Amino acid sequence: MILVVVEHEGGAPERLSVEALALGREIAGTVGEPLQAVAWGPASAGISGPLAASGVAVLHVIEDPRLTDHAPEALGKALAQLIARDRPTAVIGTASDRSTEILAHATARTGLALTANCTEVRPGEPWQITRQRWGGSLLEEARLDGPIRCLTVAPHAMEPAVVPAGATVVVQPFTPELADRDLRVRITSRVPAEAGKISLADARVVVGGGRGVGSAEGFAELDELAALLGGTVGVSRVVTSAGWRPHAQQVGQTGTRIAPDLYIACGISGAIQHMVGARSAKAILAINTDRDAPMVTRATYAVIGDLHTVVPAIIEAVRAER
Amino acid sequence: MNVLVCVKRVPATAGKITLTADEQAIDTRYLGFTVSPHEECAVEEAVRIVEAQGGSSTVLTLGPEEATDQLREAMAVGIERAILLQTDGGEWSAVDTATAIADAVRAREAIEGPFDLILLGNEAADSGEYQVGIRVAVALDRPVVTGIKGLEVRDDAIVARREAAGGGWEVYELPRPAVVGVREGINLPRYPSVPGRLRARKKEVERIVPSRPSGAPTMIRLRVPVEQDSAVEILGEGPAAAPRVVEVLRRLGLIA
Ligand SMILES: Cc1cc2nc3c(=O)[nH]c(=O)nc-3n(C[C@H](O)[C@H](O)[C@H](O)COP(=O)(O)OP(=O)(O)OC[C@H]3O[C@@H](n4cnc5c(N)ncnc54)[C@H](O)[C@@H]3O)c2cc1C
Ligand SMILES: Nc1ncnc2c1ncn2[C@@H]1O[C@H](COP(=O)(O)O)[C@@H](O)[C@H]1O
Repeated sequence: MILVVVEHEGGAPERLSVEALALGREIAGTVGEPLQAVAWGPASAGISGPLAASGVAVLHVIEDPRLTDHAPEALGKALAQLIARDRPTAVIGTASDRSTEILAHATARTGLALTANCTEVRPGEPWQITRQRWGGSLLEEARLDGPIRCLTVAPHAMEPAVVPAGATVVVQPFTPELADRDLRVRITSRVPAEAGKISLADARVVVGGGRGVGSAEGFAELDELAALLGGTVGVSRVVTSAGWRPHAQQVGQTGTRIAPDLYIACGISGAIQHMVGARSAKAILAINTDRDAPMVTRATYAVIGDLHTVVPAIIEAVRAER
Repeated sequence: MNVLVCVKRVPATAGKITLTADEQAIDTRYLGFTVSPHEECAVEEAVRIVEAQGGSSTVLTLGPEEATDQLREAMAVGIERAILLQTDGGEWSAVDTATAIADAVRAREAIEGPFDLILLGNEAADSGEYQVGIRVAVALDRPVVTGIKGLEVRDDAIVARREAAGGGWEVYELPRPAVVGVREGINLPRYPSVPGRLRARKKEVERIVPSRPSGAPTMIRLRVPVEQDSAVEILGEGPAAAPRVVEVLRRLGLIA
């Protein structure tokens, strides 16, 4: 059996979980075993419909009245018990914070290895995988040993696959053995998101600034251009380390991954750790004094020159259009 | 409050990754070394907690002799003591790394009493396994959360904040002693001072040789992902290029 850890929201599996299910289905087909899923939370049974479209035969629902909000240790222990009982051939989760931590807890408790951020899985003798290192700027090919192979799937490595929904999904409650102590780590409160802000991850236009901006004050022009285009400002690590801008605006391996229609990268060299965060931009316009900067050679468009004269000229030209 | 912070030495890659001929490692001949930004923040957090509450701070790494450089960098910004779990430089799996760290913690605690808090990065910069902290916590039977961008130490508990998937924050309360994996952004690390560096150079590093991992390595080879060559269109030089930028913005539907 191939077991996929599914996170869901509003009656449907999350997008990353649908991608993990697509991988699970591919593997299940190759090894000729059924695809099963595990979920938790009060609305879990409600996702059985959408799971049928991913080819799931059985949905295990972890049930415990104390699991009222996310509790990583308890869920990890529950998953460990399910793995020990059913001994799946492979356990697959997404690379989200939650799936990753639950799988790490479960594998630590069952003595299994966990392979993070896989982009490809090739069942065989032995099983092999390709996984991301350095946030995706380097790939590793490795063997996946052991009787039970546990892994997470890198975001967007798989296309969500929809199969003609035939059979219905059998929902099986799973009641783990949990002590009160296993629930010692859980969400005790929440702070709601600030309303009305354009999120960096979702912005259609990101105006990026790096060391070339030169100072906190230097960002005024970039803020203005971003506002003019209905976008938001993103920055390199040099900028956040200098305290010119908050870390919430950092693009890259240890910051945010962006996917705008256009990334206007001003005075950013294009280090690999920055580029992995900008990889999903549909187009890049680099503004840089250095024609050979990696950001320029990897861009769609470039303007060679001092951003402090180029950006104001663009602002003026855009204004003149209106 | 006794705090332990774990860091990993990694090459400071910048523009492009070059591999060794056997494709087993990054060619580091022309590279410096560093630790993950998450771990720099973990170090800063440890220093701040001890500055505010008293107690002791210790930095630990599992790596080759050269990793003492990274331990000294941590001591240069205020960590008091350092432990090197010395290896011959080869890669250790997450399972083996966590086992060695947990063993060292147990040995140290048997003599000097418990670490109230063990801080790690959310993920290592190079291998990015996203699990060593949780494995250490499970081995020591301590509560753990990862992905943390806000930390408050209370007498009886650690209050930790993590960004929620849809925006906003999730707040966790952990009994002490605890293990926490932090993300960059939790604080803004200070730069080392010159006296700090000098002091760190003179400090001693305790060396422990952990037992060798038993499992066979699983890595077959490394590969640099193929980049789609972008034939960059140079729109011009200096402010004179602005009209062509406007054309592009119009073409992309970003201005009417
Ligand atoms: C493990 C790890 C994780 C990291 N994570 C991240 C991350 O998440 N995000 C990130 O950004 N970095 C990250 N980094 C750092 C990264 O390696 C680079 O150091 C950083 O991205 C460089 O920032 P920069 O491009 O602003 O600065 P630089 O590399 O110094 O580049 C400045 C650029 O500005 C240009 N310039 C200068 N003046 C002007 C001007 N007046 N007009 C126009 N152009 C000008 C220069 O030609 C140059 O190309 C990480 C590093 C490590 C080791
Ligand atoms: N070799 C090591 N030495 C010390 N700490 C480590 C080592 N490897 C990983 N860690 C710690 O564990 C965290 C998570 O690593 P990982 O699970 O490998 O992504 C890192 O950010 C470090 O704080």
